[in-house]
Amino acid sequence: MTATAAGSGRRRTPERLGPSRLRPGDVVAVGASGLTTRKTRTVLSALGIALGIAAMVGVLGISESSRADLRDQITALGTNLLTVTPTGGFGGGDGALPAEAQAKVSRIGPVERVADVVELDVAVLRNDLVNENETGGITAMAAHLDLLTTLNGELAFGSWLTEASAAVPTVVLGSVAAERLGVIEVDQGMMLLIGGEWFTVIGVLEPFPLAPDLDRGALVGQPIAESLVVGAAAAETSSVDTSLEAPVGELSPSAIYLRTDPSQIDAVRGVLGSTVDPQSPDEVSISRPSELLEAQEATESAFTNLFLGLGAVSLLVGGVGIANVMVIAVIERRNEIGLRRALGATRPHIRRQFLTEALLLSALGGAAGVAIGVAVTALYAGSQGWRIVVPPLAMIGGFGAALAIGAVAGLYPAMRAAGLAPTEALRSS
Amino acid sequence: MTAAVELLDVVKTYEGPPPVQALDGVTLRIEHGELAAVVGPSGSGKSTMLHVMGTLDRPTSGRVLIDGHEVSSLGDRRLSAVRSQLIGFVFQQFFLVDGATAIDNVANGLLYRGVAPAERRQRAAEALIAVGLGHRLTHLPNQLSGGERQRVAFARAIVNRPAIVLADEPTGNLDSNASDAILDLIRQLNEAGSTIVVITHDREVAGSLPRQIAVRDGRIDHDAATRVAAVER
Repeated sequence: MTATAAGSGRRRTPERLGPSRLRPGDVVAVGASGLTTRKTRTVLSALGIALGIAAMVGVLGISESSRADLRDQITALGTNLLTVTPTGGFGGGDGALPAEAQAKVSRIGPVERVADVVELDVAVLRNDLVNENETGGITAMAAHLDLLTTLNGELAFGSWLTEASAAVPTVVLGSVAAERLGVIEVDQGMMLLIGGEWFTVIGVLEPFPLAPDLDRGALVGQPIAESLVVGAAAAETSSVDTSLEAPVGELSPSAIYLRTDPSQIDAVRGVLGSTVDPQSPDEVSISRPSELLEAQEATESAFTNLFLGLGAVSLLVGGVGIANVMVIAVIERRNEIGLRRALGATRPHIRRQFLTEALLLSALGGAAGVAIGVAVTALYAGSQGWRIVVPPLAMIGGFGAALAIGAVAGLYPAMRAAGLAPTEALRSS
Repeated sequence: MTAAVELLDVVKTYEGPPPVQALDGVTLRIEHGELAAVVGPSGSGKSTMLHVMGTLDRPTSGRVLIDGHEVSSLGDRRLSAVRSQLIGFVFQQFFLVDGATAIDNVANGLLYRGVAPAERRQRAAEALIAVGLGHRLTHLPNQLSGGERQRVAFARAIVNRPAIVLADEPTGNLDSNASDAILDLIRQLNEAGSTIVVITHDREVAGSLPRQIAVRDGRIDHDAATRVAAVER
């Protein structure tokens, strides 16, 4: 056995000593060594950060996916829909729109499509044995043939009213009305009693997101509706004098839906009131239903902020966990610090080692957190049938936040480790 | 001619309360190629002497020269450089990294010199062969006996070819067989050229080495270079 590695005891002439050097790659290796030798603790403290990041990425991802879905809906439904309704007779109004309003609105240049509905004051009953007052909140309405296209509505099954079917006793049900009446198909020729007359159900509609009132409607054609009202009026005229009422056969719209050229929507809005009711334009209420969905989007943002706040709190807790683990590590690894100092490590080397360890730990947690957050978003969005949208900024920001937390949490323990005197660190515990 | 270690009237006082005079005017010269024991009971000041010689601590007054470098007034950064290049340490508790193999533990001796990893491992393997552990390169510390662990620690101390190796109670945690083997290794490394100072409370260990520096109450009690001829060149 030889001992050549020990050198040959050569005389050294005093020369300037170069500084201690730790290669950049070794900084990472040394930082990682503290983590790989204590795997359970590493995993647990990384988990603390991971949960916080996952919460934030998940919240942002889910809310962004939901918003994307809402935006898709709004785009599909169109933002150029306006709804005209009477203001309800406040301040002397009669709570009705003039009968000729629909025709007048259709003459406004930028209006592309227009359709009105008239609420009919008649009961919709499943059959003649049901009490006339138990209508289940279902309203009979006379619908313009263009209603479906104006609202971009869809049929669930059956067919929509046509020129022909509008003149005969046929009815198309809104989604809620169909559900309440237990209509699940139209092939059996199911009949409903509307205003004392039997109507055949020919179709059921999908929900109207922009006009939920129509979901509770039993929609009949306007020609047949006129005859219904005439019948009802005739029945009443026999006992009460109604000569001051509106002329029989004129139906006053309860709502007018219109689509305009999207660029002219404000202009149309401006003239709509006076067009519909020149005598009392303030008794006309004009709304833009897509604004409701936009408001919903804004509400969801508020919730997102709340959850983000909660995510930030859990991130902070994770950071405190890392700081805690690192402080304990410094106490436990006193001898290791002493040995490294004896091997020539400078204070900055020791500080860098523990800071690197904290950064690696938080990077591990951050990466896992982003992955968990994306997975949770994908699962939830998938279950809701949404598009999966995770903002890249959330992922980058989440990872960056983890690193920042790691740096802050690691700083104090690293300073403590570096501040330890070599003789103190080498003292046997 | 520079000595490996030279202490000139070194005083070390630990500020109290009560203040302790751990070293009280120590003057000492250890030549290159020497093998010496610093021996004394606990509290004699021998640990302080180790710290001062190892540049782990600065003297209150007096001069310390390591391989001709005046270190008593250096800052932490330069002292670290002195330790990384001129001094090798061996401790009673071995202080090996549990998760690292023998070769990686020895390579750590070159970590703070900025030596590339491949070269570190190459030189670590040579040092392990020199301490008789050529067959244990990839063993983990817990797969080694106490004596073997201390051999790894010696390999780590010499891998950097330091001017001086300071061994603090190197046989303190070993049974008598392993202890004798380590003393053999120490003599062998010394014969191969290493300057080694063994700090021990054990008179028997000290007596088996060529020179004994007995320390008591912070002073050198006697310095018996019994076999001076053996260390002179």
